[in-house]
Amino acid sequence: MSLESLYQDIILDHYKYPRGRGLMESPLGTAFHVNPTCGDEIDMQVATSEDGGLLIGYEGTGCSISQASASVLYELVQGRPVADAEGIRLAFVDLMHSKGHADPDEEVLGDAIAFVGVAKYPARIKCALLPWMALQDAEIKGGLMSEPGSDQE
Amino acid sequence: MTGIDVESIRSDFPILKRRVRDDKPLIYLDNAATSQKPVEVLDAERTYYETSNAAAHRGAHQLAEEATEAYELARAQVAGFVGADASNIVFTKNATESLNLAAYAFANATALSRWGTSVDPRFVLQPGDSVVVTEMEHHANLVPWQEVCAKTGASLRWVPLTDDGRLELAGLDGIIDASTKVVSVVHQSNILGTINPVVEIMAKAHAVGAVGVVDACQSIPHLPVDVSALGADLVAWSGHKMLGPTGIGLLYGTAEILDAMPPFLTGGSMIATVEMERSTYAAAPQKFEAGVPMVAQAVGLGAAVNYLERLGMAQVAAHEQVLTAYSLMAIGKIPGVRIIGPRAAVDRGSAISFVVAGIHPHDVGQVLDNMGIAVRVGHHCAWPTCRRFGVPATTRISPYIYNDLNDIDALVEGIVEAQRFFKVAS
Repeated sequence: MSLESLYQDIILDHYKYPRGRGLMESPLGTAFHVNPTCGDEIDMQVATSEDGGLLIGYEGTGCSISQASASVLYELVQGRPVADAEGIRLAFVDLMHSKGHADPDEEVLGDAIAFVGVAKYPARIKCALLPWMALQDAEIKGGLMSEPGSDQE
Repeated sequence: MTGIDVESIRSDFPILKRRVRDDKPLIYLDNAATSQKPVEVLDAERTYYETSNAAAHRGAHQLAEEATEAYELARAQVAGFVGADASNIVFTKNATESLNLAAYAFANATALSRWGTSVDPRFVLQPGDSVVVTEMEHHANLVPWQEVCAKTGASLRWVPLTDDGRLELAGLDGIIDASTKVVSVVHQSNILGTINPVVEIMAKAHAVGAVGVVDACQSIPHLPVDVSALGADLVAWSGHKMLGPTGIGLLYGTAEILDAMPPFLTGGSMIATVEMERSTYAAAPQKFEAGVPMVAQAVGLGAAVNYLERLGMAQVAAHEQVLTAYSLMAIGKIPGVRIIGPRAAVDRGSAISFVVAGIHPHDVGQVLDNMGIAVRVGHHCAWPTCRRFGVPATTRISPYIYNDLNDIDALVEGIVEAQRFFKVAS
């Protein structure tokens, strides 16, 4: 396994030049998640636009994988309907649990397909998932999504 | 370079022959987290299971006798290693349990005293009392004391740090005072490498009548330590950082303090008599060893002690001193690298933390891992210490007996490679 397969240029680019980074004034829901094994932090905020699109605000500190993942998240779900964003989120979670054997759909995951190599490094999967878990939590807190399992019969 | 023959030592550790990450030779620099195990430790455990396995301290058959003997022999070996008597050594699951055992003595005595049980008043806490730690404690010597304070109303105080990663001792008299009931400090920091003047601190604790506790996890595997000379009432450390197996920790206590402390875990083995209404307890150390003990781990630890005694702890310390001085110099002169902790190889051990400008420690560690170099990244269970130095995490090396200067040269190459890969100006 080469370093380049883990740190694809897309990831390093998002790390150096994060898209949409910054917090909003009045979010519907916020979630602060940390990775207790390494101290990486992410502050995730959600709101909705007038036409029902998801709005994202975030800040964080941490490794290139966790911070690039937040930037890619922003790029993928900003302005999308909440249900679409959830589909993307689940596709990303699946990709991270693929042990690196997935053939991710670029149509759905865009730049996030670059994270396929991360799934080969168990210690780094949590880094990549951190902002996406915070997104789910922020959506639940903002009333945009129900608790997992709560809609089951 | 010293009396330590690294080549010969390496041949005793099967795992060091392993290759990792696309066939690279393993360079193991994560000994502050856990050490590797020589083959004689592995053999000792296997032989015990193959010949004498039984539940120690119960049963009267031959195997039970042999298991008990093996367990108690290990206790005597460990005791001899740190200058103690076997009756002063308690086996626990790990150092975290040892420190919890100490902390729970206070929480339990405080609870028991409320309902009329006679307890030693030194262990009873109330609002107005204080518990003193330092800002460089491992979470294992911080969180249990936070819990004790929450349960009893006592206040937690801590000794702050200098920018160089030493204890700020100037204000110590204002921190350890008449209100102080317990002082628990780390001997050698797992994140900064600092060796603290615990003898002086324990003397201050005793001057105000407080119980003195030392976390010796990072000192006993690396330095000659005579626990009775530290002046502490209790000393906690682990087996797995000193070539022994996981699953066994140690607590040294003076006879007087072990006798005065209420038990921690209760149940079988630790009793004198049991009736339906109440029980009485065995004398220490059995009072603190509830349940079937970890005999195989104790036997393995005994073999580890033999191994270290053969090398000689003075030789081990001298070897590490050379590695420490060389590492501080070699890492410290890489542009863009900042050492977190003492920069001089004086009163410090081989655990060296650093940050590389522009690269998160996780990413530094990943580049090193890709070269076969195993280091620790993160907050090292010392999150408040990281905050004190304004860093979210660090990269840490912690060389030991089987490391040499070539390993440090490889590390330096790895750090420079990380700077190249992440395009950070060095």
